[in-house]
Amino acid sequence: MAYSKKVVEKFENTLNEPEKNSVGRWDPSDLDIGTGMVGAPACGDVMRLQIKCKPENNSHVISDVKFKTYGCGSAIASSSELVDMLIGKTLEEAREIKNKDIANALDLPPIKIHCSVLAEDSIHKAIEDYESKL
Amino acid sequence: MQLPIYLDYASTTPADPRVVKKMQECLSLDGNFGNPASRSHAFGWKAEEATEEARQHVADLVNCDPREIVWTSGATESDNLAIKGAARFYKTKGNHIVTSKIEHKAVLDSCRQLEREGFDVTYLDPDSNGIISPDLVKESLTDKTILVSLMHINNEIGVVNDIKAIGEITREAGIIFHVDAAQSTGKLPIDLSELQVDLMSFSAHKTYGPKGIGAMYASRKPRVRLEAQIHGGGHERGMRSGTLATHQIVGMGEAFRIAKVDMDEDNKRIENLRNKFWDAIKDMEEVYLNGDEISRAPGFLNVSFNYVEGESLIMALKDIAVSSGSACTSASLEPSYVLRALGLKDELAHSSIRFAIGRFTTEEEVEYTIDLVRDSVEKLRTLSPLWDMYKDGVDLDTIEWAEG
Repeated sequence: MAYSKKVVEKFENTLNEPEKNSVGRWDPSDLDIGTGMVGAPACGDVMRLQIKCKPENNSHVISDVKFKTYGCGSAIASSSELVDMLIGKTLEEAREIKNKDIANALDLPPIKIHCSVLAEDSIHKAIEDYESKL
Repeated sequence: MQLPIYLDYASTTPADPRVVKKMQECLSLDGNFGNPASRSHAFGWKAEEATEEARQHVADLVNCDPREIVWTSGATESDNLAIKGAARFYKTKGNHIVTSKIEHKAVLDSCRQLEREGFDVTYLDPDSNGIISPDLVKESLTDKTILVSLMHINNEIGVVNDIKAIGEITREAGIIFHVDAAQSTGKLPIDLSELQVDLMSFSAHKTYGPKGIGAMYASRKPRVRLEAQIHGGGHERGMRSGTLATHQIVGMGEAFRIAKVDMDEDNKRIENLRNKFWDAIKDMEEVYLNGDEISRAPGFLNVSFNYVEGESLIMALKDIAVSSGSACTSASLEPSYVLRALGLKDELAHSSIRFAIGRFTTEEEVEYTIDLVRDSVEKLRTLSPLWDMYKDGVDLDTIEWAEG
């Protein structure tokens, strides 16, 4: 399967400079961290997204993000793309990010749309986890 | 060294330059372009001479009579002709067929078609090393069994079935035995005068010949009968009609002639490279060899790198041409049915890569690949949440995953 140039670029950058591309993890028990893990090893992809949040005005803002992803190149590129979209957003704004936004940004082919769906699911899980600690 | 490096010889091989030269001589006006079936002029006679010489080369490699070789378009057609042809011819004797779960789709889908026509098919399980036990074959036979179809070398993992022992069982029971040997020619010696095999499928392009040509062996003693699947001018003794493709046939003949001459030396070198490769990666954590370590053809190395998804590894190995059992590389999004039949967990099947070394692989290419594999697996594990969990001592089987 031929990948879009954007997927290849995103994947290679993430692979070669993981720290610069927000690969990593925080202690999930920290109160300012929300963790969302989606997917299953048997299906071939698992994403773990972590958001670091702080209260601001009447909302909470995502100040930093870390992730790790097991999956195909598109899954890794999708999670990395998501990171760029999340930083600086309020939780309300983050909830509005749709899988289509990720798929469009990366030119994902139809057979890889599920990778972007997984990324969208991970945001909701991470926000849910953070809010449960408030 | 040139990039990318081709390590997918089990998928197809480049034609040997000697093969290409022979083929080029059979196309144009100043070459041997005639129809081998033309009996009325020298163009036809000359073409027939070329196809018959090629038939002799194929017969020589597998030690049979050239009259037992039928040209087809490839191993897929040979499998179809052998399985459907024999089953439909012998259907009054019985309706039971035995095959295995790890056959090539050309065999499995032919069997599925026969099921739709009223045949019963038993799909045998391989053992965890990928081998079909002759005892299991014996136990599966009934008084209705008319055909057993099993592969010689498995195309994904390279393990070798004991077709000599299985042939003894089927011959004694009076059952037709078909062997898909698409991967075998040039990799293992085949002696059909010794083997009790009735039908065998061959492919040219897995043995440094051209694509689009193959052959089927049909035993004369004892004589196996078939119902033709392609009807027309009655070529190939009525078993497979259609004008013989002289250039393709000559290419296959030359490829098989070379295979016979070069086999021992080629395989020694290829096996050394394969062993060097495996020795250089087997010390890595959570790396598994798929398929039997002893009973395997040279050149095959199917490895699972746990906690790394196969397609992402292929992408990281961008200068290396390999294939994977990962779901993501297939249109169906299912991981390899062969590896699953071996009892591998889905995640190990997703993590598998098949490296297939061949005639033109160099030591330098293998060394380059080893370094790249070690580096890429390490990088991808840095990205893998599953690797973290494994390192933390979490048993992944105890976790309830959010999405099944």
